[in-house]
Amino acid sequence: MTLLTIENLKACHGLLVALHDLSFSMAPGEVLAIVGANGAGKSTLMRSIAGAHRPVQGRIMFRGQDVTRLSAHRRVRGGIALVPEGRRLFPGMNVQDTLHLAACRKGVWNFETVLEALPQLKPILKRQAGLLSGGQQQAVAIGRALMTNPELLLLDELSLGLSPVAVDGVYEALPKLRAAGTSIILVEQDLRRAMAAATRLVCMLEGRIVLSGAAGSLTREAVMDAYFGLNRQAH
Amino acid sequence: MFWLNQFLQGVLLGGYYALLAAGLSFLFGVMRVINLAHGSLAVLGAFIMMVIYQTLGISPLGGLALMLPVMALLGVALQFCIIEPSLKGGALVPLLATFGLALICDNVLFSIFGADTQSFAADIGTLSYGSWAIGGIFISQLACLVFAAALLVLGGTQLLLSRTQIGRRIRATAEDEDAARLSGVDTRLVRAATTALAMVMVGLAGAALGASGSFDPYAGGPQLLYAFEAVVIGGTGSLWGTLIGGIVLGVAQGVGGALNTHLSQIAGHAVFLVVLIARLYQGGALSAYLRRLRMRVA
Repeated sequence: MTLLTIENLKACHGLLVALHDLSFSMAPGEVLAIVGANGAGKSTLMRSIAGAHRPVQGRIMFRGQDVTRLSAHRRVRGGIALVPEGRRLFPGMNVQDTLHLAACRKGVWNFETVLEALPQLKPILKRQAGLLSGGQQQAVAIGRALMTNPELLLLDELSLGLSPVAVDGVYEALPKLRAAGTSIILVEQDLRRAMAAATRLVCMLEGRIVLSGAAGSLTREAVMDAYFGLNRQAH
Repeated sequence: MFWLNQFLQGVLLGGYYALLAAGLSFLFGVMRVINLAHGSLAVLGAFIMMVIYQTLGISPLGGLALMLPVMALLGVALQFCIIEPSLKGGALVPLLATFGLALICDNVLFSIFGADTQSFAADIGTLSYGSWAIGGIFISQLACLVFAAALLVLGGTQLLLSRTQIGRRIRATAEDEDAARLSGVDTRLVRAATTALAMVMVGLAGAALGASGSFDPYAGGPQLLYAFEAVVIGGTGSLWGTLIGGIVLGVAQGVGGALNTHLSQIAGHAVFLVVLIARLYQGGALSAYLRRLRMRVA
Protein backbone atom coordinates (compact mmCIF):
# COMPACT_ATOMS: atom_id res chain seq x y z
CA MET A 1 0.00 0.00 0.00
CA THR A 2 1.50 3.33 -1.03
CA LEU A 3 0.50 6.66 0.46
CA LEU A 4 1.68 8.84 -2.40
CA THR A 5 2.51 7.99 -6.00
CA ILE A 6 3.90 10.49 -8.44
CA GLU A 7 3.68 9.38 -12.08
CA ASN A 8 5.53 11.12 -14.92
CA LEU A 9 5.07 14.54 -13.39
CA LYS A 10 6.05 17.50 -15.52
CA ALA A 11 5.76 21.06 -14.22
CA CYS A 12 6.81 24.35 -15.77
CA HIS A 13 7.39 27.96 -14.81
CA GLY A 14 6.47 29.68 -18.03
CA LEU A 15 8.75 28.20 -20.69
CA LEU A 16 11.14 26.74 -18.12
CA VAL A 17 10.57 23.06 -17.36
CA ALA A 18 11.04 22.60 -13.61
CA LEU A 19 10.14 18.89 -13.34
CA HIS A 20 10.85 16.33 -16.09
CA ASP A 21 8.70 13.16 -16.03
CA LEU A 22 9.26 12.69 -12.34
CA SER A 23 8.06 9.42 -10.78
CA PHE A 24 8.37 8.02 -7.27
CA SER A 25 6.19 6.69 -4.49
CA MET A 26 6.25 6.63 -0.72
CA ALA A 27 4.75 4.31 1.88
CA PRO A 28 2.80 5.41 4.97
CA GLY A 29 5.04 6.31 7.91
CA GLU A 30 8.05 7.16 5.78
CA VAL A 31 10.13 10.29 6.19
CA LEU A 32 11.37 11.13 2.72
CA ALA A 33 14.09 13.75 2.42
CA ILE A 34 14.52 15.52 -0.89
CA VAL A 35 17.86 17.19 -1.40
CA GLY A 36 19.29 19.05 -4.35
CA ALA A 37 20.88 22.30 -5.39
CA ASN A 38 18.93 25.50 -5.96
CA GLY A 39 16.77 25.19 -9.07
CA ALA A 40 16.58 21.38 -8.83
CA GLY A 41 12.77 21.58 -8.70
CA LYS A 42 12.30 20.57 -5.05
CA SER A 43 9.92 23.39 -4.12
CA THR A 44 8.00 23.03 -7.39
CA LEU A 45 7.52 19.34 -6.57
CA MET A 46 6.29 20.17 -3.07
CA ARG A 47 3.93 22.87 -4.36
CA SER A 48 2.64 20.49 -7.05
CA ILE A 49 1.86 17.80 -4.45
CA ALA A 50 0.12 20.42 -2.26
CA GLY A 51 -1.93 21.79 -5.16
CA ALA A 52 -0.32 25.23 -5.16
CA HIS A 53 1.30 24.64 -8.55
CA ARG A 54 -0.53 23.01 -11.46
CA PRO A 55 1.56 20.41 -13.32
CA VAL A 56 1.26 20.26 -17.10
CA GLN A 57 1.52 16.49 -17.29
CA GLY A 58 1.44 13.39 -15.08
CA ARG A 59 -0.57 12.16 -12.11
CA ILE A 60 -0.44 12.58 -8.35
CA MET A 61 -2.14 9.71 -6.52
CA PHE A 62 -2.81 10.04 -2.79
CA ARG A 63 -4.17 7.00 -0.93
CA GLY A 64 -5.09 5.51 -4.30
CA GLN A 65 -7.04 8.56 -5.47
CA ASP A 66 -6.05 10.86 -8.29
CA VAL A 67 -5.68 14.32 -6.73
CA THR A 68 -3.88 15.97 -9.66
CA ARG A 69 -6.78 18.32 -10.47
CA LEU A 70 -7.93 18.95 -6.90
CA SER A 71 -7.53 22.48 -5.55
CA ALA A 72 -5.10 23.14 -2.69
CA HIS A 73 -7.78 23.50 0.00
CA ARG A 74 -9.37 20.17 -0.99
CA ARG A 75 -6.01 18.44 -0.73
CA VAL A 76 -5.55 19.94 2.73
CA ARG A 77 -8.95 18.55 3.72
CA GLY A 78 -7.91 15.23 2.16
CA GLY A 79 -4.80 15.02 4.36
CA ILE A 80 -1.94 16.81 2.57
CA ALA A 81 -0.44 19.85 4.28
CA LEU A 82 2.46 22.02 3.16
CA VAL A 83 4.74 24.15 5.30
CA PRO A 84 5.84 26.38 2.44
CA GLU A 85 9.24 27.88 1.83
CA GLY A 86 9.29 31.29 3.50
CA ARG A 87 6.51 30.09 5.87
CA ARG A 88 3.78 32.29 4.32
CA LEU A 89 2.13 33.20 7.62
CA PHE A 90 -0.51 35.91 7.93
CA PRO A 91 1.49 38.82 9.41
CA GLY A 92 -1.48 40.58 11.01
CA MET A 93 -3.01 37.46 12.56
CA ASN A 94 -1.99 36.25 16.02
CA VAL A 95 -0.62 32.75 16.60
CA GLN A 96 -3.78 31.45 18.28
CA ASP A 97 -6.01 32.52 15.39
CA THR A 98 -3.50 31.17 12.86
CA LEU A 99 -3.71 27.73 14.49
CA HIS A 100 -7.51 27.76 14.84
CA LEU A 101 -7.86 28.88 11.21
CA ALA A 102 -6.35 25.63 9.95
CA ALA A 103 -8.54 23.32 12.07
CA CYS A 104 -10.48 21.77 9.21
CA ARG A 105 -10.06 18.03 9.77
CA LYS A 106 -10.55 15.75 12.78
CA GLY A 107 -7.65 13.66 14.10
CA VAL A 108 -5.00 13.43 16.78
CA TRP A 109 -3.89 17.02 16.31
CA ASN A 110 -5.85 19.77 17.96
CA PHE A 111 -4.96 23.05 19.65
CA GLU A 112 -3.79 21.32 22.86
CA THR A 113 -1.77 18.51 21.24
CA VAL A 114 -0.09 20.97 18.86
CA LEU A 115 0.97 23.11 21.82
CA GLU A 116 2.31 19.97 23.54
CA ALA A 117 4.38 19.10 20.47
CA LEU A 118 5.51 22.70 19.95
CA PRO A 119 5.74 24.16 23.49
CA GLN A 120 7.62 27.22 22.22
CA LEU A 121 4.26 28.48 20.89
CA LYS A 122 2.60 28.74 24.33
CA PRO A 123 4.09 32.10 25.40
CA ILE A 124 3.46 33.75 22.02
CA LEU A 125 -0.16 32.77 21.34
CA LYS A 126 -1.42 36.38 21.41
CA ARG A 127 1.43 37.83 19.34
CA GLN A 128 1.06 38.70 15.70
CA ALA A 129 2.85 36.28 13.40
CA GLY A 130 4.61 39.09 11.54
CA LEU A 131 6.39 40.20 14.71
CA LEU A 132 7.91 36.81 15.58
CA SER A 133 11.48 35.59 15.07
CA GLY A 134 12.24 33.23 12.18
CA GLY A 135 12.33 30.17 14.44
CA GLN A 136 9.05 31.09 16.10
CA GLN A 137 7.46 31.69 12.71
CA GLN A 138 8.63 28.28 11.50
CA ALA A 139 7.09 26.65 14.57
CA VAL A 140 3.81 28.49 13.89
CA ALA A 141 3.90 27.33 10.25
CA ILE A 142 4.40 23.71 11.37
CA GLY A 143 1.67 24.08 14.00
CA ARG A 144 -0.70 25.49 11.38
CA ALA A 145 -0.04 22.51 9.12
CA LEU A 146 -0.51 20.06 12.00
CA MET A 147 -3.88 21.61 12.87
CA THR A 148 -5.13 20.27 9.51
CA ASN A 149 -4.34 16.74 10.77
CA PRO A 150 -2.27 15.77 7.75
CA GLU A 151 -1.47 12.20 6.79
CA LEU A 152 1.27 13.62 4.62
CA LEU A 153 3.21 16.65 5.83
CA LEU A 154 5.35 18.52 3.30
CA LEU A 155 8.12 20.56 4.89
CA ASP A 156 9.82 22.88 2.40
CA GLU A 157 13.21 24.31 3.42
CA LEU A 158 12.65 24.01 7.16
CA SER A 159 15.98 25.49 8.19
CA LEU A 160 16.17 28.31 5.63
CA GLY A 161 17.06 31.60 7.32
CA LEU A 162 16.99 30.14 10.83
CA SER A 163 19.74 30.13 13.46
CA PRO A 164 21.21 26.67 14.31
CA VAL A 165 19.44 26.78 17.71
CA ALA A 166 16.10 27.51 16.05
CA VAL A 167 16.68 24.68 13.54
CA ASP A 168 17.42 22.28 16.42
CA GLY A 169 14.13 23.28 18.03
CA VAL A 170 12.18 22.63 14.85
CA TYR A 171 13.86 19.28 14.17
CA GLU A 172 13.20 18.11 17.74
CA ALA A 173 9.50 18.13 16.90
CA LEU A 174 9.82 15.79 13.89
CA PRO A 175 9.99 12.46 15.81
CA LYS A 176 6.77 13.46 17.63
CA LEU A 177 5.03 14.03 14.31
CA ARG A 178 6.19 10.68 12.99
CA ALA A 179 5.12 8.94 16.18
CA ALA A 180 1.63 10.38 15.63
CA GLY A 181 1.49 8.52 12.30
CA THR A 182 2.24 11.45 10.03
CA SER A 183 4.30 10.73 6.91
CA ILE A 184 6.73 13.47 6.00
CA ILE A 185 8.42 14.74 2.86
CA LEU A 186 11.23 17.03 3.83
CA VAL A 187 13.11 19.39 1.53
CA GLU A 188 16.40 20.27 3.17
CA GLN A 189 19.64 21.95 2.09
CA ASP A 190 21.52 20.65 5.13
CA LEU A 191 22.53 17.17 4.01
CA ARG A 192 23.60 16.00 7.48
CA ARG A 193 20.25 16.89 9.01
CA ALA A 194 18.33 15.43 6.07
CA MET A 195 20.15 12.07 6.29
CA ALA A 196 19.68 11.96 10.06
CA ALA A 197 15.95 12.73 9.99
CA ALA A 198 14.87 10.69 6.94
CA THR A 199 14.15 7.01 6.38
CA ARG A 200 14.65 7.48 2.64
CA LEU A 201 16.46 10.06 0.59
CA VAL A 202 15.93 11.38 -2.92
CA CYS A 203 18.40 13.65 -4.64
CA MET A 204 17.16 15.90 -7.45
CA LEU A 205 19.09 17.66 -10.16
CA GLU A 206 17.59 19.89 -12.84
CA GLY A 207 14.07 18.56 -12.34
CA ARG A 208 15.00 14.87 -12.31
CA ILE A 209 15.66 12.29 -9.60
CA VAL A 210 19.32 11.32 -9.87
CA LEU A 211 19.64 9.28 -6.69
CA SER A 212 17.22 7.48 -4.40
CA GLY A 213 17.60 5.02 -1.57
CA ALA A 214 17.23 4.22 2.12
CA ALA A 215 18.92 6.99 4.13
CA GLY A 216 21.07 4.47 6.02
CA SER A 217 22.33 2.81 2.83
CA LEU A 218 23.56 5.96 1.08
CA THR A 219 26.98 7.41 1.76
CA ARG A 220 27.48 11.14 2.08
CA GLU A 221 29.92 10.97 -0.87
CA ALA A 222 27.36 9.29 -3.15
CA VAL A 223 24.75 11.91 -2.29
CA MET A 224 27.24 14.76 -2.80
CA ASP A 225 28.18 13.36 -6.22
CA ALA A 226 24.52 13.19 -7.22
CA TYR A 227 23.90 16.65 -5.73
CA PHE A 228 26.54 18.22 -7.96
CA GLY A 229 25.73 16.08 -11.01
CA LEU A 230 28.88 14.00 -10.91
CA ASN A 231 26.93 10.74 -10.88
CA ARG A 232 23.71 10.82 -12.89
CA GLN A 233 22.94 7.13 -12.76
CA ALA A 234 19.69 6.62 -10.88
CA HIS A 235 19.57 3.86 -8.31
CA MET B 1 -25.58 76.22 21.06
CA PHE B 2 -26.04 76.72 17.31
CA TRP B 3 -22.63 75.26 16.49
CA LEU B 4 -23.07 72.40 18.94
CA ASN B 5 -26.35 71.59 17.20
CA GLN B 6 -24.67 71.69 13.78
CA PHE B 7 -21.90 69.47 15.08
CA LEU B 8 -24.31 66.89 16.53
CA GLN B 9 -26.41 66.84 13.37
CA GLY B 10 -23.19 66.32 11.41
CA VAL B 11 -22.17 63.43 13.66
CA LEU B 12 -25.56 61.76 13.19
CA LEU B 13 -25.40 62.30 9.43
CA GLY B 14 -21.95 60.71 9.62
CA GLY B 15 -23.63 57.57 10.97
CA TYR B 16 -25.50 57.25 7.67
CA TYR B 17 -22.33 57.83 5.68
CA ALA B 18 -20.52 55.21 7.77
CA LEU B 19 -23.34 52.71 7.18
CA LEU B 20 -23.23 53.52 3.48
CA ALA B 21 -19.44 53.18 3.32
CA ALA B 22 -19.13 50.02 5.45
CA GLY B 23 -19.80 47.63 2.55
CA LEU B 24 -17.44 49.49 0.22
CA SER B 25 -14.69 49.48 2.83
CA PHE B 26 -15.23 45.80 3.71
CA LEU B 27 -15.12 44.65 0.09
CA PHE B 28 -12.01 46.70 -0.60
CA GLY B 29 -10.32 45.53 2.60
CA VAL B 30 -10.79 41.84 1.79
CA MET B 31 -10.64 41.69 -2.00
CA ARG B 32 -9.02 44.99 -3.03
CA VAL B 33 -12.03 45.61 -5.26
CA ILE B 34 -13.51 49.11 -5.57
CA ASN B 35 -17.16 48.48 -6.30
CA LEU B 36 -18.30 51.43 -8.44
CA ALA B 37 -21.85 50.00 -8.41
CA HIS B 38 -21.99 50.46 -4.62
CA GLY B 39 -24.31 53.49 -4.65
CA SER B 40 -26.56 52.05 -7.34
CA LEU B 41 -26.83 48.77 -5.41
CA ALA B 42 -27.89 50.71 -2.29
CA VAL B 43 -30.64 52.33 -4.34
CA LEU B 44 -31.54 48.90 -5.76
CA GLY B 45 -31.86 47.65 -2.16
CA ALA B 46 -34.22 50.51 -1.37
CA PHE B 47 -36.37 49.69 -4.42
CA ILE B 48 -36.41 45.96 -3.58
CA MET B 49 -37.52 46.76 -0.03
CA MET B 50 -40.23 49.09 -1.28
CA VAL B 51 -41.55 46.53 -3.77
CA ILE B 52 -41.57 43.77 -1.12
CA TYR B 53 -43.44 45.64 1.59
CA GLN B 54 -45.87 47.32 -0.81
CA THR B 55 -46.62 44.11 -2.73
CA LEU B 56 -46.99 41.90 0.33
CA GLY B 57 -48.73 44.60 2.34
CA ILE B 58 -46.35 44.22 5.28
CA SER B 59 -44.50 46.77 7.38
CA PRO B 60 -41.29 48.41 6.08
CA LEU B 61 -39.42 46.52 8.83
CA GLY B 62 -40.75 43.24 7.40
CA GLY B 63 -39.72 44.45 3.95
CA LEU B 64 -36.22 45.12 5.29
CA ALA B 65 -36.02 41.63 6.82
CA LEU B 66 -36.90 40.07 3.46
CA MET B 67 -34.75 42.44 1.41
CA LEU B 68 -31.50 41.64 3.23
CA PRO B 69 -31.37 37.91 2.24
CA VAL B 70 -32.21 38.94 -1.34
CA MET B 71 -29.26 41.34 -1.26
CA ALA B 72 -27.01 38.59 0.14
CA LEU B 73 -27.99 36.29 -2.74
CA LEU B 74 -27.39 39.12 -5.21
CA GLY B 75 -23.96 39.50 -3.60
CA VAL B 76 -23.13 35.83 -4.28
CA ALA B 77 -24.28 36.25 -7.90
CA LEU B 78 -22.27 39.48 -8.19
CA GLN B 79 -19.17 37.68 -6.92
CA PHE B 80 -19.40 34.65 -9.19
CA CYS B 81 -20.73 36.39 -12.33
CA ILE B 82 -18.93 39.75 -12.31
CA ILE B 83 -16.20 40.27 -9.72
CA GLU B 84 -14.46 36.88 -9.90
CA PRO B 85 -14.25 36.69 -13.72
CA SER B 86 -13.18 40.34 -13.95
CA LEU B 87 -10.46 39.92 -11.30
CA LYS B 88 -8.68 37.53 -13.67
CA GLY B 89 -8.26 40.44 -16.09
CA GLY B 90 -6.24 42.62 -13.71
CA ALA B 91 -6.97 45.44 -11.27
CA LEU B 92 -8.68 47.76 -13.78
CA VAL B 93 -11.27 45.29 -15.10
CA PRO B 94 -13.35 45.02 -11.86
CA LEU B 95 -13.56 48.84 -11.83
CA LEU B 96 -14.92 48.86 -15.37
CA ALA B 97 -17.18 45.87 -14.75
CA THR B 98 -18.77 47.42 -11.63
CA PHE B 99 -19.07 50.77 -13.43
CA GLY B 100 -20.97 48.94 -16.17
CA LEU B 101 -23.12 47.24 -13.55
CA ALA B 102 -23.97 50.65 -12.05
CA LEU B 103 -25.12 51.93 -15.45
CA ILE B 104 -27.23 48.82 -16.06
CA CYS B 105 -28.70 48.96 -12.56
CA ASP B 106 -29.65 52.66 -12.85
CA ASN B 107 -31.25 52.26 -16.26
CA VAL B 108 -33.14 49.06 -15.43
CA LEU B 109 -34.58 50.78 -12.33
CA PHE B 110 -35.49 53.81 -14.47
CA SER B 111 -37.26 51.63 -17.05
CA ILE B 112 -39.28 49.88 -14.31
CA PHE B 113 -40.03 52.71 -11.87
CA GLY B 114 -39.62 55.83 -14.00
CA ALA B 115 -37.97 59.02 -12.77
CA ASP B 116 -40.31 59.53 -9.78
CA THR B 117 -38.70 60.22 -6.43
CA GLN B 118 -39.54 57.60 -3.80
CA SER B 119 -39.39 57.59 0.00
CA PHE B 120 -40.38 55.32 2.91
CA ALA B 121 -40.99 58.34 5.16
CA ALA B 122 -44.79 58.16 4.82
CA ASP B 123 -44.78 54.45 5.75
CA ILE B 124 -42.73 54.55 8.95
CA GLY B 125 -45.08 56.74 10.96
CA THR B 126 -43.69 59.19 13.50
CA LEU B 127 -40.19 57.76 13.21
CA SER B 128 -39.60 59.86 10.09
CA TYR B 129 -40.07 63.15 11.95
CA GLY B 130 -39.90 62.22 15.64
CA SER B 131 -37.16 63.86 17.69
CA TRP B 132 -35.92 64.36 21.22
CA ALA B 133 -35.42 67.88 22.52
CA ILE B 134 -32.36 68.09 24.76
CA GLY B 135 -31.52 71.56 26.03
CA GLY B 136 -32.75 73.30 22.92
CA ILE B 137 -31.17 70.80 20.55
CA PHE B 138 -33.43 68.53 18.55
CA ILE B 139 -32.10 65.04 17.95
CA SER B 140 -33.85 63.06 15.23
CA GLN B 141 -34.96 59.60 16.36
CA LEU B 142 -34.40 58.17 12.89
CA ALA B 143 -30.89 59.67 12.65
CA CYS B 144 -30.09 58.07 16.04
CA LEU B 145 -31.45 54.74 14.79
CA VAL B 146 -29.31 54.93 11.64
CA PHE B 147 -26.26 55.87 13.74
CA ALA B 148 -26.95 52.91 16.05
CA ALA B 149 -27.31 50.66 13.00
CA ALA B 150 -23.92 51.86 11.75
CA LEU B 151 -22.34 51.10 15.13
CA LEU B 152 -24.02 47.69 15.18
CA VAL B 153 -22.87 46.84 11.65
CA LEU B 154 -19.29 47.95 12.23
CA GLY B 155 -19.08 46.40 15.70
CA GLY B 156 -20.73 43.19 14.52
CA THR B 157 -18.36 42.95 11.58
CA GLN B 158 -15.41 43.55 13.89
CA LEU B 159 -16.61 40.75 16.19
CA LEU B 160 -17.23 38.45 13.24
CA LEU B 161 -13.72 39.04 11.93
CA SER B 162 -11.98 38.62 15.28
CA ARG B 163 -14.01 35.90 17.01
CA THR B 164 -15.36 33.47 14.42
CA GLN B 165 -13.88 30.90 12.06
CA ILE B 166 -15.41 32.59 9.00
CA GLY B 167 -13.86 35.84 10.25
CA ARG B 168 -10.42 34.21 10.47
CA ARG B 169 -10.90 32.82 6.98
CA ILE B 170 -11.86 36.24 5.65
CA ARG B 171 -8.79 37.82 7.28
CA ALA B 172 -6.52 35.06 5.99
CA THR B 173 -7.91 35.43 2.46
CA ALA B 174 -7.41 39.20 2.65
CA GLU B 175 -3.79 38.82 3.78
CA ASP B 176 -2.54 35.99 1.54
CA GLU B 177 -4.97 34.02 -0.59
CA ASP B 178 -2.48 31.28 -1.59
CA ALA B 179 -1.47 30.71 2.03
CA ALA B 180 -5.14 30.65 3.04
CA ARG B 181 -5.80 27.87 0.51
CA LEU B 182 -2.82 25.95 1.90
CA SER B 183 -4.47 26.25 5.33
CA GLY B 184 -7.60 24.49 4.01
CA VAL B 185 -9.63 27.62 3.32
CA ASP B 186 -11.96 27.57 0.31
CA THR B 187 -11.16 31.13 -0.73
CA ARG B 188 -13.81 31.19 -3.49
CA LEU B 189 -16.54 30.59 -0.90
CA VAL B 190 -14.96 33.09 1.47
CA ARG B 191 -14.95 35.77 -1.24
CA ALA B 192 -18.60 34.99 -2.05
CA ALA B 193 -19.50 35.26 1.66
CA THR B 194 -17.62 38.56 1.86
CA THR B 195 -19.54 40.02 -1.08
CA ALA B 196 -22.82 38.71 0.36
CA LEU B 197 -22.04 40.40 3.68
CA ALA B 198 -21.06 43.63 1.92
CA MET B 199 -24.36 43.55 0.03
CA VAL B 200 -26.29 43.15 3.29
CA MET B 201 -24.54 46.32 4.50
CA VAL B 202 -25.45 47.99 1.19
CA GLY B 203 -29.07 46.93 1.68
CA LEU B 204 -29.16 48.45 5.17
CA ALA B 205 -27.76 51.69 3.76
CA GLY B 206 -30.43 51.65 1.05
CA ALA B 207 -33.13 51.22 3.71
CA ALA B 208 -31.66 54.12 5.69
CA LEU B 209 -31.61 56.26 2.54
CA GLY B 210 -35.25 55.50 1.78
CA ALA B 211 -36.35 56.15 5.38
CA SER B 212 -34.42 59.32 6.07
CA GLY B 213 -34.56 60.92 2.63
CA SER B 214 -35.66 60.18 -0.88
CA PHE B 215 -34.28 58.17 -3.74
CA ASP B 216 -34.73 57.72 -7.46
CA PRO B 217 -33.12 55.38 -10.01
CA TYR B 218 -30.20 57.75 -10.56
CA ALA B 219 -29.49 58.46 -6.88
CA GLY B 220 -26.65 55.92 -6.82
CA GLY B 221 -23.92 58.26 -8.10
CA PRO B 222 -23.96 60.71 -5.18
CA GLN B 223 -24.25 57.80 -2.69
CA LEU B 224 -21.12 56.22 -4.17
CA LEU B 225 -19.32 59.54 -3.88
CA TYR B 226 -20.21 59.95 -0.18
CA ALA B 227 -19.25 56.36 0.57
CA PHE B 228 -15.96 56.73 -1.27
CA GLU B 229 -15.16 59.97 0.56
CA ALA B 230 -15.92 58.41 3.95
CA VAL B 231 -13.68 55.43 3.17
CA VAL B 232 -10.77 57.59 2.00
CA ILE B 233 -11.05 60.01 4.93
CA GLY B 234 -11.20 57.13 7.43
CA GLY B 235 -8.47 55.05 5.78
CA THR B 236 -9.12 52.41 3.15
CA GLY B 237 -10.15 49.02 4.48
CA SER B 238 -10.40 50.15 8.13
CA LEU B 239 -13.87 49.50 9.62
CA TRP B 240 -13.72 51.94 12.55
CA GLY B 241 -11.84 54.36 10.32
CA THR B 242 -14.92 54.28 8.08
CA LEU B 243 -17.07 55.46 11.01
CA ILE B 244 -14.64 58.29 11.73
CA GLY B 245 -14.53 59.12 8.00
CA GLY B 246 -18.33 59.24 7.87
CA ILE B 247 -18.51 61.48 10.93
CA VAL B 248 -15.81 63.84 9.61
CA LEU B 249 -17.69 64.06 6.30
CA GLY B 250 -21.03 64.63 8.06
CA VAL B 251 -19.63 67.30 10.40
CA ALA B 252 -17.89 69.07 7.51
CA GLN B 253 -21.17 69.16 5.60
CA GLY B 254 -23.07 70.32 8.70
CA VAL B 255 -20.62 73.09 9.53
CA GLY B 256 -20.31 74.11 5.86
CA GLY B 257 -24.08 74.24 5.55
CA ALA B 258 -24.30 76.43 8.65
CA LEU B 259 -21.89 78.94 7.15
CA ASN B 260 -23.74 78.99 3.84
CA THR B 261 -26.39 76.61 2.50
CA HIS B 262 -24.44 76.17 -0.74
CA LEU B 263 -21.27 75.27 1.15
CA SER B 264 -22.66 72.04 2.64
CA GLN B 265 -21.57 69.68 -0.14
CA ILE B 266 -18.46 71.65 -1.05
CA ALA B 267 -17.18 71.57 2.53
CA GLY B 268 -17.45 67.74 2.55
CA HIS B 269 -15.63 67.45 -0.77
CA ALA B 270 -12.97 69.93 0.39
CA VAL B 271 -12.23 67.88 3.53
CA PHE B 272 -12.03 64.74 1.37
CA LEU B 273 -9.58 66.46 -0.97
CA VAL B 274 -7.38 67.73 1.87
CA VAL B 275 -7.26 64.28 3.48
CA LEU B 276 -6.55 62.63 0.12
CA ILE B 277 -3.64 65.00 -0.59
CA ALA B 278 -2.32 64.49 2.96
CA ARG B 279 -2.48 60.70 2.54
CA LEU B 280 -0.73 60.86 -0.83
CA TYR B 281 1.94 63.11 0.70
CA GLN B 282 2.31 60.81 3.71
CA GLY B 283 2.62 57.76 1.46
CA GLY B 284 5.31 59.48 -0.62
CA ALA B 285 3.28 59.32 -3.85
CA LEU B 286 2.75 63.07 -4.04
CA SER B 287 6.38 64.00 -3.29
CA ALA B 288 7.55 61.45 -5.90
CA TYR B 289 5.16 62.97 -8.45
CA LEU B 290 6.32 66.53 -7.66
CA ARG B 291 9.94 65.39 -7.95
CA ARG B 292 9.25 63.89 -11.38
CA LEU B 293 7.43 67.09 -12.40
CA ARG B 294 10.37 69.28 -11.27
CA MET B 295 12.81 67.08 -13.20
CA ARG B 296 10.65 67.33 -16.32
CA VAL B 297 10.47 71.15 -16.02
CA ALA B 298 14.22 71.38 -15.45
